[in-house]
This record gives sequence, structure tokens and C-alpha cells, in this order.
Amino acid sequence: MSASMQMARDPEQELSIRNENVASEETFRVEDLSVSFDGFRAVDNLCLSVAKNELRVIIGPNGAGKTTLLDMICGKTRPTEGKVIFDGEVVSGLPEYQIVKKGIGRKFQTPSVYEDLSVFENFEISMPDAQGVLDSLFFKRDEAIRERVSRAAAEVFLADQLHRKAGTLSHGQKQWLEIGMLLIQEPRLLLLDEPVAGMSPREREATAELLTRVANGRSVIVIEHDMDFVKRIAHKVTVLHQGRLLAEGSADEIQSNPKVIEVYLGH
Amino acid sequence: MSLEIAFMQLFNGVSLFTILLLMALGLAIVFGLMGVINMAHGELMALGAYVTYLTALAFQAVAPGAMEIYLFVAIPMAFGVTFLFGYVLEKGFICWFYNRPLDTLLATWGLSLILQQAYRSIFGAQEVSVPLPTWLTGAWEPVDGIQLPLNRIFIIGLTIVVAVSVYLLLYRTRWGLRMRAVTQNRAMSAAVGIDTKKVDARTFALGSGLAGIAGAVFTMVGSTNPGTGQLYIVDSFIVVVFGGVQSLIGTVMSAFAIAQTQTSLEYLLSGSLAKATILLLVIVVLYFRPNGLFAVKQRS
Amino acid sequence: MKLTREATEYLTVGLLAAVLLAFTMTLDPFRLNNVGKYLSFGFVAIGIVLTWGYGGVLSLGQGIFFGLGGYMMAMFLKLEASAPELPDFMVWSGIEALPVWWEPFYSLPITLVLIHLIPAVGAYLFAYAIFRKRVSGVYFAIVTLALAMTMTVLIVGAQSTIGGANGITDFRTFLGMDIVDDASKMVLYVLQVLVLFTVMLAALKLTNSRLGKILIAIRDKEDRVRFSGYNTAHVKAAVFALAAVLSAMGGAFYSLQTGLIAPSLIGVVASVEMVIYAAVGGRLSVPGAVVGAILIGFLKSYLSETFPEYWLYFLGSIFIFVVLFMPKGLAGFFDRLRVGRALGGEAR
Repeated sequence: MSASMQMARDPEQELSIRNENVASEETFRVEDLSVSFDGFRAVDNLCLSVAKNELRVIIGPNGAGKTTLLDMICGKTRPTEGKVIFDGEVVSGLPEYQIVKKGIGRKFQTPSVYEDLSVFENFEISMPDAQGVLDSLFFKRDEAIRERVSRAAAEVFLADQLHRKAGTLSHGQKQWLEIGMLLIQEPRLLLLDEPVAGMSPREREATAELLTRVANGRSVIVIEHDMDFVKRIAHKVTVLHQGRLLAEGSADEIQSNPKVIEVYLGH
Repeated sequence: MSLEIAFMQLFNGVSLFTILLLMALGLAIVFGLMGVINMAHGELMALGAYVTYLTALAFQAVAPGAMEIYLFVAIPMAFGVTFLFGYVLEKGFICWFYNRPLDTLLATWGLSLILQQAYRSIFGAQEVSVPLPTWLTGAWEPVDGIQLPLNRIFIIGLTIVVAVSVYLLLYRTRWGLRMRAVTQNRAMSAAVGIDTKKVDARTFALGSGLAGIAGAVFTMVGSTNPGTGQLYIVDSFIVVVFGGVQSLIGTVMSAFAIAQTQTSLEYLLSGSLAKATILLLVIVVLYFRPNGLFAVKQRS
Repeated sequence: MKLTREATEYLTVGLLAAVLLAFTMTLDPFRLNNVGKYLSFGFVAIGIVLTWGYGGVLSLGQGIFFGLGGYMMAMFLKLEASAPELPDFMVWSGIEALPVWWEPFYSLPITLVLIHLIPAVGAYLFAYAIFRKRVSGVYFAIVTLALAMTMTVLIVGAQSTIGGANGITDFRTFLGMDIVDDASKMVLYVLQVLVLFTVMLAALKLTNSRLGKILIAIRDKEDRVRFSGYNTAHVKAAVFALAAVLSAMGGAFYSLQTGLIAPSLIGVVASVEMVIYAAVGGRLSVPGAVVGAILIGFLKSYLSETFPEYWLYFLGSIFIFVVLFMPKGLAGFFDRLRVGRALGGEAR
């Protein structure tokens, strides 16, 4: 069903349509996920599934539970009920670093990079090699490492910034750096919380292309507010409201969905 | 265990509870609500104790006949002086360290050393103590075999008055409302026209003033020396952290739990072993409830 | 000539070791012994640089581990000094048989192993449990403070088996060698400097490795590191354990140098003071930590003897001054000089 909804879209999205067709198996699913904070249900009985090669955008008003949902998927928050299933394996309940090792990468809402380290070091630390104490003590930086870092840096438009301190990058560049730090881990599910917040229009444009590119071969979930941007990147949109699933479908469908309009404009 | 012993145990527990609560109440406001980790809080208690000592000296010199009632002057004095000192301290010192908790910790530790030496220079290194009014000496004996020291009963009463006043101040006045608003959301409070800096200074001063009251009370059960404050600081922090820092009720419950456990343990073990056991117990409980016993789960 | 930061650090460590060795020719045995005492705290301060400066974990309980090392060494020395009798404080308290947990300290090799092993294992298990529960920052500081207090309360309460408030003292021989005479003090001092030099080199290696970068990353954005696949609790606990071992080594040297270990040397006040050694030298500088320990140690001896009433004013002001105006300590000051000169050189 989702493939047919993609048909009406502009030609730039051809790539993703092809992806949709290839993707038959779902890689990722949450089942009846709920979490309460002191009696308040921030996410309530949510079910969601995302296929390989799919770029899913989650929208919803403030307090809809979007960030909390990502927190639960990556293990930052423990769900009160329900499961997170990734590649047929229940990952909810595992410690965060093990969830990361299963192939789930998470970008935070405010860019979260190591400001005191250089861009190169930011990438290097994010590589999944030598993560133990002794390994990292005796870690040697070789040509292969440099090569991987420059490739990742080029992908997120930071090829010529490698020796700057990350703290001196612009806001948009920090967003890119964090995305790049995730990509170097080669995750199979990428969770991005407002990746274009604070970016200039040109940076947004570049990021849209970047996201479309990285969705190839993995699943991506993006939280975003800006509907133009959403329409530009989304294969499929999920709307959350008060912790529940309100609607799911193509960007155009969502925009004309009366329930969604009421939530955003009503009251 | 006979009934009398059990009752005395309970009374000792309650008595220790009120002392711990007095110690921790000021810190619960300064550290719990404001998030300022003031390692010189103990020295503020010592300040309250010295003010009480000075008041007693003044009464002895000027109005020896009124010694019976000097406490009713000394306690407000102790509160007032430490309140003012706290206000100045916040304005001139603490305000530089907001949002740098570990730096605050080290800087206020430095301050505590300076205050200790100042007390030593002014009051001497030896212990000072104040005379207890005659109506507070001795014990009340409701039934044979049970003796309840009057000064302890007075402290229990005073603690209730202080704790209830703090509660009413924080939850029933506009002053308290502003204080809670600022500690919960500084930016929003400023946006609705609250002078957050003034509220900070007042809140800190209130917490300091409460330490002053605690110090005044301690003169009734022990003597004071320049290092007195240092003896109390770790215990005070333990009570506040154990209760869950955001919660005043938590501080009350925590003081109660620690006091009862400690007095019971002291009955069974030696004093130092009881003390060590209680510290370890607190750490173990914190391991299972890292946000304190009475903390509420919040979304990040 | 321009040097990288790393090269400058190694050079400083080498210079520092050379100066410390040169002291053997210029200082009289009494002063040399004093420097040795300050150097014991240098070990602790290096540990604090690693955990606090790099890892962002402030422990106010390093005295615990200093005490563990110091007491274990003192127990060995005391047994040697008392043999074949029981230690004097036990005799005075009417203890008739040596407590079982004293037995291992008849043997020097076992003592040396335990001095490293007990703090390492204890610190790791404790810290891992705490960090796994996300207790950090101020709360960790308070918990370690409470532990330091617990330890002193326990020792003070155990007059008969560990010497109580008086500590353990009156031992003068180490494997039959008189540790009070000048020649053996010299040997001890040189040995300590060599061990300290090795420790400084190892610490530099650590801070310049990937592990050092990971620690900085954990300090600044622990969540990001965790979500890059690291078990941050394990990394932090391992470094904390390393710092504990360094503290214990310092404590052991302290017992040897001074012939005394006591609860007042390892309690809350002493533990917080240890942090200032690292802060003064520079919380990110390994050689700075050692210089800070020597400097503050020297000032403490000098001021508290000459102007006892000013010592606490001075120490208190140092705490405040360093935090406010010199967050990177002396090392930061020299670093700026170096960078300033390098920039000036380029301009010309």
C-alpha cells in the first residue's frame, strides 16, 4: 500500500520508490509500547513498524511523545509495557551500548558533539573499534582509520574541517557532525531527532539529500516539524498525539487528514 | 526489651530525628531546591551557635535576671544573623558559581576553611558552651522509669514549629510560590516578571537562616568549637540526598528513617559501628533508588 | 622551536624527575624526607587528574584508598617491628591473639600485592555499581565523602585491632633495614621518585591515547558516548580503580616515609585537600598534579609552622582562587605562555 502512495511524488524521489519496492521485510517494530511518568502516560500503547530502506518521519504537537518514543527505542528510557523488536530480536531492556551494537544509532535533539575534541577525534571515537579500556589504551591510528574518517567526513560535508575543534563549528555543521558520527558506526536503524533544527535553507537542502541517500540500505526514523522538509524526505509519515498513534500515511494524505488538521489547528 | 526501654529508644529516635531534620532543612532548600552545593553550610550552623553564645554572654552582662528567657532572643538572633550572612554570601560569592556544581563544592569548601579559622581567631580554639535555663534542665517523668530530658522536648517542639513554618512559607505564600517557580523554571519565571536574582538571594538566605536555628539548638545539647560545622556537614548531605533532593517531605522522612535506624543500631552495636553501618546502609539504599527514597520519576 | 603539547608534557615530566633526583644532592635528609612525603600525595593527585580532569568524576574519598595502602604497609612494618610480640596497641587493649586478617601482612610480597589488589577490586566494584545506576557529579562526590567518613569512623572505633585514632606508628625497620637513618631515607626517596616517574609516564600515555579522548568525551557528553556503543560505566570505573591504586601506592610510600599512618590523614578533610593538589597544578596536567602536591605540601609545612593562624585562610583562599581564576591551574598558566610565545613567533 505504501508503494502506491509514493507514486504521486516528484521525480527526485525515484530512488526511494525503488527502495520501497525492494523492501518487503520489516527491520524494526514496536509492540504496544507504553511508558508512564508518575502516572502520566507519555506514550500509550503504541505500535509501529518500519521497513528496510524506509525513511519514516514522525510528527506531532509538543508533548506528543516523539522524543520519548526514540528514547525508548534506543534504551534511554525503559518502557513500562511493550517491546521493541529489531531484526526479529527483542532489544528493549538491553543496556544502551548493547542496543547500539545491535545497529541502532541515535542523534539527539540538540547537537551533541565533543566540543573539546577535534572533528577528526569526534569521528574516531565514534568508530565501533577499540571500545574496551585496554583496547583503547593501546589503539593505534593507522591509514585505514584515517581513510574511514575522511570518507565519513566527506559524506556529511565536513571533509575540510577535520582539524577544527568541534566546539567552533556552526550549529548546522555540528548537526552534520553528529549524523556523520552515527554513520561511521554503520547502523541499520538511524533515529534522528530534529536533524535540521537551526540550519540555513541551503544546509537543509543538503541534509535532505543526505538523509535520502543514507536511507538506502537501512531504516531511518526522523522527528521533524517543518512540513515542507517532511514532504521532501518522507516515504511515510506517522502522526503522534498525546502518546498515541493518530494517523499514518504519505505526507499528502497526512496533510489532508481531518483528524490531523484538528489536532494541529483545532481547539 | 522492657516497655520502658522501648519507649526511651523511641524517644531517643524522635529526638535525633528532630536534630537531623533541623540540620538538613536549610540544606534541603539550598541544595535540594536551588541545587547549590554549599559545603560551608556546617559553618553557618556554627555561626548560629556562636550568635547564641554571644547573646547568652550579653544577657549575663546586661540582664542576668533575664537569663531564663535568653533563648527566645538568641534563636531569632541566630536566624537573623545567618539569614543576613547568607544573603550577602549569595550576592557576593555563590552567584558566581551557578551551574558549576563541582566548582561550587570546592569553592565553598575553601570558604568553610576560612570561616573555621575566623571562628578560631575570634572565639578561640577551645569549646564554648552556654548555660541552660533552669526550666530546661532536668527531665519530665510521666511514669516511673521513664525520664524525658526537657531540653530534648523543647527541641522537638521547636523543630515542629520551624518545619511547619517552612512548609507554610513555601507552599502558602506568594514568596514561597516565587521561590518554587524560580527553582523549577528560571527562564519562565524571569519572563513573567519575577526578579530571579532577588529570589535566589532570599532563598539562599532562608536556607542559611535555618542553619542558624539549627546551630542555636545545638548549643542546648553540646558545646561549640570552630570545627563544629564540619562534624555536621556530611550527615546533613546524607539526609537530604537520601530523601530525594527535590522533596522537602522526603527530607523529613529520610531524617526520621535515619534517626530511628541509628538509635536502634546504637542499642545493639557500638556507637562507631552503628554510625558506619548507617552510612553504608544509606549508600546501599541509594544504589537501589539513586534519586533518593522519595523521588518522583520524571521525563528527561 | 615549536613543540606539540604531547612532547611538552613528556619533556616536563622528564625535567621534573631530574629536578626531584637533583634534590638528593642539594637538600638535607630532613627536607628530602619532607619532599618524599609530599610526593606520596603526588600519586593521589595524578589519579585525581585522570578521574576528575579527564573523566569528570570528582571523588572526595581518595583518602580511603590512600589509607588502604598506608595502613596495609604500616601493618606489615608494625608486625616486623613488634615480632615476635603482638603490636603494642593490641597488647595495651588486652588482645591476646593476632586477628586473622593481620596474618597476610607478615609477608612483604603478599602485602605488596594486596596494596594494589584490594583498592583496585574494591574501587572498581563500588564505582561500577554506582555508575551503572547513573549516579554522578555531585552525588558521586557526596557518596565518596560519606565513605571516607565511614572509613575513619570505623578505624577510630577499632582501637584494639587497628590502633584507633592514634593510627599505627613506631616502626623503624623495613626488611631489617633501618628506615630512619639518612642513607636508607635516601634510597627510599630515589626509589619513590623512580616509581613516580614511571607512573607519570604511564599516565601521560593514557591521556594521549584514544582512552584519554574517550574520557574527555564522557566528561563532556556522556550520553553521546553511551549511544556510540561504549559501556561508559565500565570505562569510568576502570579509571577510578586506577586512581585508587595510585592513591594506595602513595599511601604506602607515606607510611614508609613518615613512619606513621592515622585516620586524620585519610578522612574527609584530608580527602578534599587531595583534590586541591590536582586543581592547583592543573586538573588536566599529570606533571602539574605532582608539582601541585609538592607546592601545597611545602606551603602547608611552612605556613602551619610559621604562621599557624594563617594557614587555613590561605588554603581556603587557594580553593576559591583556583576555581574562579585558574581552572586549569599552574599548567594552564604555562600552557598559555607556550601558546602565546608560539603565536608571537609566527607573527614575526
